[in-house]
Amino acid sequence: MKINAASLFRLFSYFSFIFYVGVFVFFISYLFIRSDAPFSSASVFGESSFIKAVFYNEPVFEGLYPALCGTLLLVATSVLIAVPFGTGTGLWLSEFAKGRKQKVMTLLIDILSGLPSIVIGLFGFSIILIMHKIIPAKSPGFSIIVSSFSLSVLVLPYIAKSTQTAVSSLDKSLKLSGLSLGADKIENIRYILLPKAFPSILSGILLAIARCAEDTAVIMLTGAVANAGIPGSIFERFEALPFFIYYTSSEYTSENELEMAFNASVLLIFICIVLFIISYCINSIAFKRKKRVK
Amino acid sequence: MQKKIVPGYILSENREQILNIYNLFLKFIIFSGAILSSVLIFLILLIMIFLALPFFSHEGISIFSGSWNPVSGSYGIAPMIAGTVLTAVPALIIAFPLSLGYSVFAAETGNRYLKKPAILLIRAASSIPTVVYAFAGIFIIVPLIRKIGHGGSGYSILSASLVLAVLISPTMIFFFYDSLKSVNKYTQQGALALGASKSEKVLFLLIPSAKRGIFAGVFLGLGRALGDTMISLMLAGNSASFPDSAFESARTLTAHIALVMAADYDSPEFRSVFACGIILYLITAFLSITARYIYKGRIQ
Repeated sequence: MKINAASLFRLFSYFSFIFYVGVFVFFISYLFIRSDAPFSSASVFGESSFIKAVFYNEPVFEGLYPALCGTLLLVATSVLIAVPFGTGTGLWLSEFAKGRKQKVMTLLIDILSGLPSIVIGLFGFSIILIMHKIIPAKSPGFSIIVSSFSLSVLVLPYIAKSTQTAVSSLDKSLKLSGLSLGADKIENIRYILLPKAFPSILSGILLAIARCAEDTAVIMLTGAVANAGIPGSIFERFEALPFFIYYTSSEYTSENELEMAFNASVLLIFICIVLFIISYCINSIAFKRKKRVK
Repeated sequence: MQKKIVPGYILSENREQILNIYNLFLKFIIFSGAILSSVLIFLILLIMIFLALPFFSHEGISIFSGSWNPVSGSYGIAPMIAGTVLTAVPALIIAFPLSLGYSVFAAETGNRYLKKPAILLIRAASSIPTVVYAFAGIFIIVPLIRKIGHGGSGYSILSASLVLAVLISPTMIFFFYDSLKSVNKYTQQGALALGASKSEKVLFLLIPSAKRGIFAGVFLGLGRALGDTMISLMLAGNSASFPDSAFESARTLTAHIALVMAADYDSPEFRSVFACGIILYLITAFLSITARYIYKGRIQ
């Protein structure tokens, strides 16, 4: 092989591949080695047991259970808020908006998805402040509901974009068939477009769930705390896995606590990767099916 | 009169009425979603401006130049702006060549059995939580930098930049990969027919033709690096002064927002947070718009 710029660049591309694979393998295995049986009952429930904690509400002190519950509740509420409006925006973009309106809206969605999460957290925080000034007695304050609202602002553009791509990548003849049979736009969306685009939309939603579960900056400003226990309602402060990791990294007092933070990291990575894999599988199955139909 | 299509299982008039309500509801969701998301984007900026206004009128333009020293009444956020630039730009400089190399590997030069897993790995890596990157960075990178930097805590610009470089790589690799893949097939065959080797084709045809996508990817990567909170908060050390070297600690705009949570909601200290928010908003909005303008219609 001749040595010139091109072949050197080729070698460099091999190097960067090996570099990134090395970095990620090292990083993941380091976390696994430092953690201590992250999927065991002791890591999640501490001294208490699964049945006691889940069914009898026995408080869990030395496990990740409260943080896990907080994260789950947070994600569920955020998705409940974000999914209708996100898919709505996506459908509007692909079916109702035309020309300049569509361009402007896509640009706005791009800006929204590029905003740093801390800015959105600050937005949630400002809402708490303003609500507190207007209605001091009934303002929600720092709570799951405000965090969820902010998180849903964060993931709304993701859901909107994935819905838009899912719907507009459907076959043109399929899109027109309903309309030609006399359905109006809404009926067409409801009976034909939504069911057909559902798998791709769902995979977008799963990625949005992972984004909700991992984000720290937003919940840090809107209500996550270190010791809240299991959340009783959505109007309370709460614990969450990512916040627990952040908090422990700066405030840990013993090796044991540090180990818990490593457990939490592995658990969080596991949740995100599993969501990613499911979303990937759904998407590729849908893609294959579409190919077969063609 | 136009007949509506209704699935066969609907028998009674009553159920059709319910379906009509459902359709109305769907329509409501679609239009309110569109209105809501377009209003939100302006609302976020307006609320921050509204809350920062007392700060601006009190401090004037000095906030962008002065130093941060609340005790003596100086609330300049210039050190934070410097900190943000000094962590994000080196991260970009480290990540750019490696990401380009990786995307070339995944798109062209790689072994055919490794190409698909390579891009899949990056997709999976992009779903790793930032807080976990930062957390691992504390135990992997920080001790290393402490050793190299001869003393010091190790919490420095360099540590934050290195981890940020890993964080922003997947974003850039996607973009580079996409634009390398979308270069015209016939032109590629033409290059090969003229006697270019495969690696020459990459260097002299693919990368120049994918220029727009590469620039867009760089802009978005920069946006991510500037906007990331957890890594700079946990690794950069957070001292609010102008850093002198890469081994010194610095505070970014994002970390500043996270750190300043004064109890008194009317203090200038607290108001400065909103000024930081506005700056971050404007920078990232500018980067998104530029990336979109460069890479028209191809952003997904």
